[in-house]
Formats: sequence, C-alpha cells, structure tokens
Amino acid sequence: MITNLGIEENKEWKCLACDELLKLDKVRIDYMNGSFTVMLPCCPKCGMALIPEEIALGKMLEVEKLLEDK
Amino acid sequence: MDQKTLRQVEKQCIQEEAPACQSACPLHVDVRTFVLKVGQGKWNDAWKVLDKTLPFPGILGRICHHPCQDACLRKDLGGSISMGALEKICVNQPKPRIRTIPMPKKNYTMAVVGENLSSLVAALELLRKGYGVTLFTFGDRLGGSLWDMKSLSREIIEKELTVLENLGLEQEKIQDKLDVSALLKHNFSAVYIGLDTRETESLVPGNRSNTPDLKTFSLGQKGIFAGGIPDEQGNLLPLNQAFQGRGAALSMERFVQGVSLTEGRGDEGPYPTRLFTNTDDIVSLPMALPASAEKRYTIDEAKAEAFRCIQCQCLECLKVCPYLAHYKGYPKKYAREIYNNATIVMGNHTANSMLNSCSLCGLCQEVCPENFSMTDVCLDARRDLVQRKKMPPSAHEFALQDMAFSNSDAFMLLRHAPDREKSRFAFFPGCQLAGSNPEHVIQTYSFLMNNWEKETGLMLQCCAAPAHWSGNEIKTSEAIGLLEESWQKMGEPHMILACSSCMDMFKKYLPQVTVSSLWEIMDQCEIPTDIPHATCKQTRQAMVIHDPCTTRYESGMQEAVRSLTSKLGIPFTELELSREKTQCCGFGGLMENANPAMAKKQLDQRINESELDFLTYCAMCRESLRGAGKSTAHLLDFIFPPVTDDENPGTRDKVGLSRSRDNRAQLKKNILERIWQETSKTRSDTRLFISPEVQEKLDQRRILHQDIRATIAHAQLSTEKQMQSLISGHFLASHRPFMVTFWVEYSPAETGYTIHNSYCHRMQIMGEHS
Repeated sequence: MITNLGIEENKEWKCLACDELLKLDKVRIDYMNGSFTVMLPCCPKCGMALIPEEIALGKMLEVEKLLEDK
Repeated sequence: MDQKTLRQVEKQCIQEEAPACQSACPLHVDVRTFVLKVGQGKWNDAWKVLDKTLPFPGILGRICHHPCQDACLRKDLGGSISMGALEKICVNQPKPRIRTIPMPKKNYTMAVVGENLSSLVAALELLRKGYGVTLFTFGDRLGGSLWDMKSLSREIIEKELTVLENLGLEQEKIQDKLDVSALLKHNFSAVYIGLDTRETESLVPGNRSNTPDLKTFSLGQKGIFAGGIPDEQGNLLPLNQAFQGRGAALSMERFVQGVSLTEGRGDEGPYPTRLFTNTDDIVSLPMALPASAEKRYTIDEAKAEAFRCIQCQCLECLKVCPYLAHYKGYPKKYAREIYNNATIVMGNHTANSMLNSCSLCGLCQEVCPENFSMTDVCLDARRDLVQRKKMPPSAHEFALQDMAFSNSDAFMLLRHAPDREKSRFAFFPGCQLAGSNPEHVIQTYSFLMNNWEKETGLMLQCCAAPAHWSGNEIKTSEAIGLLEESWQKMGEPHMILACSSCMDMFKKYLPQVTVSSLWEIMDQCEIPTDIPHATCKQTRQAMVIHDPCTTRYESGMQEAVRSLTSKLGIPFTELELSREKTQCCGFGGLMENANPAMAKKQLDQRINESELDFLTYCAMCRESLRGAGKSTAHLLDFIFPPVTDDENPGTRDKVGLSRSRDNRAQLKKNILERIWQETSKTRSDTRLFISPEVQEKLDQRRILHQDIRATIAHAQLSTEKQMQSLISGHFLASHRPFMVTFWVEYSPAETGYTIHNSYCHRMQIMGEHS
C-alpha cells in the first residue's frame, strides 16, 4: 500500500549531481518494525529522495512515536 | 511489578478511599455524590444515589440518624452538612424510575423470620441476589416498629415495601410455633432471625442469651443467622437494623456458597477512612437554615446547604505536580496503567510517554499522606522497558549520548592540584556547570585551592545521573564504575560537588565516598562579598531561592546556600514550594528529553510562583528557568561576578545544547592551560553562522553543531548526495550517523557556512526510486 503524505509536486529542489528536478516517486521508509511505501520527491535519475521538513516533523514523527510504543 | 506489588502500590494512594461521611455510615451511602447532586438540583440523580446503597430509601431516607454528620469535615468549618435534612427533601421529591438488572435466580431458598426492618432488609438483599425467600411473620402487616414512627405515613411504608412483593417474596404467617432447626432440614438453605421482632426471641436455639456475632451475624449454629439487636446504649436504630439485616444476608450467601464468612469484611459497617482531605484552605461557611416553621428545607435552601460540601478528596500530589495533574487521574490509576503497559502482549504501550515524563523529583512522595512514590513506579517501569528492549529509543538517546560525551576524552580530566601528588579533596563540578559556565568552574577550582585546601584535585566527568534516570541499569553501572575508578585513581579524596544531582548519585551508588556540597565548603570559607559591578548591586533587590529538586532532603546544603546569599547581601524570600517541597525545573528524570511539552508546563507553573527574580544553585535549573523566560541567576554569578560586564546575571542568555558541549570541551583545554600550564592542540572547527532563531530551532530539535558539521562534511565528500534550491541556491544535505537522519540547508560563507535550517527524523529511507 502506498501512503500519500500529501506532498505537492516539487518545484524547488534539484539533484545536484544529476541536475534533475525532483519528482514524486515511490520510496520505502523503515523504522523499527514498521515499513511503509510513500510518495516523496526523488531524483528521476539517481533516485535520491528528499524528506521535506514538514513531513519529518509532522506525519513522520507521529508514526515514529507510534512504532516506538508498539 | 507483579500483581501483588501492584496491589501494595495501589493501596498507598488513598484517593479512592471513601470520604469520612460514607465510611461513618453503616450502609456506606455515597453521601459525597448525593450532596453534589442535590447542590446541582439533580434530584433524580440524588434519588438514584440513595437507592444504590440504601434499602427502602423512601423509609430510611426519612428516619436515618445520619451518623455521617458527626464525621463531616465541615463540622468545625461552619457546621456539618445537614445530610438528614437533605435526605428528607430528596425523598419528598417524586421518585424516578430506577431500572435494576435482576440477578439470575439461584437454586436456594432462604427463610427469614420477623416483620421488622432487619428482617425486611435481609429479605430484600437476598431477593436481589437471586435467592428465593420465604418471610415468616407473626402479625399481619410488614414493618414492625416502622409503624410507630411519626415521620412515616402508611402510604410511604406500603409503597416502599412493594418492592419485596415485586421481587417474588413468599410470606407465611406463623400459626403456632416455629422450629428454626426444622426449617433447615426442610427446603431452606439458611435462616435469618430478626431479633427486632420481639416474638422471635424464643426462637433462638440453645441458650436464650445467645447473641449473634457482630461481624457475621452467625448464631454459632450452622446456617442460622440473626440481627436486629440494639447498640451498646440499648438503642435500636433503623440504620443499624438495616446494616445487620444486610450483613446477615451476605453471610447467608457465603454460607450456601461454602466460602469463608469472615474473609475480606474488614470495611463493613462504620470504619475510620484513610482518605486525607486538606482543609487548610477551606473557608468556614455557616449552615443554611430552613426558614419555614416546619424547619424543612426549600429546594433553594437545600441547594445552598449542599453547596457547602467540601467534596472531600486527597489529590495532594496533583496540587503541586503539573505532570501528575496532566493525565487526568491520580497515582493509583497511573500505577495500574503503567502495570498494564508492562504486561500487554499486543497493541500499543500507551503509558510509555507517561512513565517517561515523570521528573522523578520525589515531591509527590513528600506531600502524600501515605508516601506514594511516583518516582519508584516510573523508574521501575523504565528499567523494565529497557531490560525488555521496549524503551522508545527517542526518549533518552540524546541525554545518554551527552553522558557519553562527558565521559569521553573530550571532557574527562583527572588532575591533582599543580605540584601536588595527591588530593585530599577533589572538586567535581559536573557536566552542567561546566557546560553552562566553564569560567565559573575555573574560578571555583582556584578558589578552593586558595581558600579551602591546597591539595584539592579536579575531576571532570559525568556522575551517571542521565543513565540512572533513563532506567538503563547497564549504562548506569558502567558510568558508576568509571566514576569509582576515577575516584580511586585520585587517591579516594573527599569529593566537593557543585551539583546536587551528582551528590544524589554519589550517595545512591557510591556510599563509601565522602561527599560535601560546594556550598557547605564555601560557607566555611571567606568569600568575596563585595560584588563589584553596578548591575549586580542593582539586582540586590529581593530574589527568591529555587532549590533544585535533588536537594529535597539536603537541608545542610539548603542552609549553606541561604547563609552564602545573606553574606553576599542579597535579600531573599522563599517560594511556597521550597526546601523539602521544592519543584523540579523540568530537567530532572529526563522529563525534558522525553516530553518537552510537559517540561514546559512544569516550568511555566514554577516561574509563575513569584514575580521576583530567581536565584538558584544548580546550573541545569538556571538553564531551564532562564530558557522559560525567567530572570534567574546562579549563586556563582554573585560569588564570581564578571569585573566589567554590567549585564544582570539573571538575564544572561541560556547556553543551549551545542554551546554546552563546546564549553565542556573548551573548559578542559582552558583549565589545563591556565591551572597546569599544559597546552593542547586547538581544534579548528568549521565556522558555522547561525541566527538566534535557527539556533533556537536546533536546540528544540536537539541538533548539535557537530551534527551539522558532520552532515556538511559528509555532503562535501560525496557531492552527488546533495540537493540545491532553484529559488535560493541553498544546498540541502542529509546524513545518518546513527539512528537519526539529519538534514541541513546551508550555503557557503567566506569563512565557513551559513546554516539556514536543519531538521531530523528517525525513519530511514530504504529503497529509493522503487
């Protein structure tokens, strides 16, 4: 299942090495015994993913806490 | 914690104990709730409260002798609540429909003899428990002495007693003689003899003076019970008749079930409650007196009288602890939740945050009439979580890493005084003083060598408090081992401690070490009392002393601090919660690490206790209180004031996490240079330019400058792993040196980097572009 984090299409960040604008793509993220597939801005060439600040401090933090209390 | 320990712990919290009124009532009517409902004008609810415990409430509500009034805590504060009068007005209100779920019918029939109140109550109780009951009577009507009471009309008696018929009571009039023993041989499983019905006297088997046991109401012959006997003064009070009928009914049930008649019946009937209610702040209020000639309350008068009820409860700990108040319960409930948290097999550990948020400060135990210790409950639970590898990693990780830093070569230092080969004493400033004001450490150490004892060595390292607070027993034992080793290397000196948490740790884990607080030592020395600079003089307006929570029972240290403050000419007053009742600053027990929002709540309550500036003697308290916006000075600010700086020491900025580490590292270097003339290589760190706003964010997110430097360095090594903003041109790099991924938005500056933002998370990106 892919979780949609509500991230809008990125218009700001580019991958420095590939010189490509990051585009939303599927990324697997893990913590403790939890694993999720989410849509994150990624470099279309090398796949490097960006976790935006509001996700890191918002939804991701919530999920981290839930997993820690499992 | 096992079930048995839980029970013992739970028992220590008395919040659920009955108030004095309820425990004084033989039938344990919930007087407190009843009066509350009357006060709210909720008559149906008030009726229901009576009906729950009072048999035939329409009758007993009119004739009870209200022993609750004598026990009422309002007694000396305007007069006891007039419960008798409130009961009467309640039962004069229309009775609501009260639905009760009938118990399943049981295969036993009980014989109840007599028509007076005790027999009727025994019959009612047994019917409600599902037993068949045959009532053997002498006369034609039920009620006995009830009919002689002026306050009871025929209508009321008859109406109230219909419940017996509705529940299926069988009645049999005794025609000639009744053989009680024969009843047992026939269909009846147990017999009750209501001695309040005069004719029953001759039925008592054996000796005529045979009286029932006052706890079980057994007559000593198997299956035969009796009640309805007068009290020691010879009074036959309706409430006691009802109590005895009810007690006997319970014994009859236990008898047919074949279980102990006596087990667990300690709290039946009137008993002294353990509930403590603090009435210190309760204002005396006069009783509401009925204005009518009949001396009966009107609705409004009753409400006014009920309003006077104190609504007795304990909650002494919640009054002083924002943490305990936050979870909307009280320690007994919390202990149960924490126990459940430890024993669940599936699902979420919902109490993790609660048990990790306690400051372990011990104030609850200090104010609790029964010494309930949330510290013990939470610490025990933390140890259990750590042991079972269930402790949330984010709760204490930062503090444990900070401890590891302090116990690394970056900070650790053991030295005898210059040109000395042994140390009779050793100064142990602790991590927090070193981190918040390294200059004070150097000044204090020099002071001790010059004014106290030349053979005073220096020990820089951590006391293991973070590990202890986190419940990590392995890390605690390692850090304590290291501390003991250092102390031994120094020749087992008498330790001089600047921090009361360090003192606590030494006393807990290394009782063989002789320790003194820095303040007690300084108080015995000549201290420079002329504070030179202007602002300090200006600030010699009264301050309030904030005692660190780990000084709770260190009265010697507290006294020394007050003595030093007086010598320095600083007028001071006491906070209401001071000395053994002092409140934690929110750092203790790693509260701030596990739950920053709770620490803020704790701090906000603390700083609002006084308008005056705070004076403290713990570097961490100073850091926390100042961080919450309170002007707070450290005692050393006045003993070693800066010569030129005119700044009020209370308003000096807090240091923050990164600077605290840098300061510790710098202290080691500086003190070696200045005291021992040893120079070490200067570390040249990449310069970071960080605005105060960004620095504030970094501290909140516990991101250190070293994390930022490592992230940029990592990005520089592998340039492809970076992003760049098309808008600002800033770079965005990430790095995962341990269980945390750091993101840093930066741009190169002439001599380093400007940091625009940084954040972190614990989840790990596993597959990219899948």
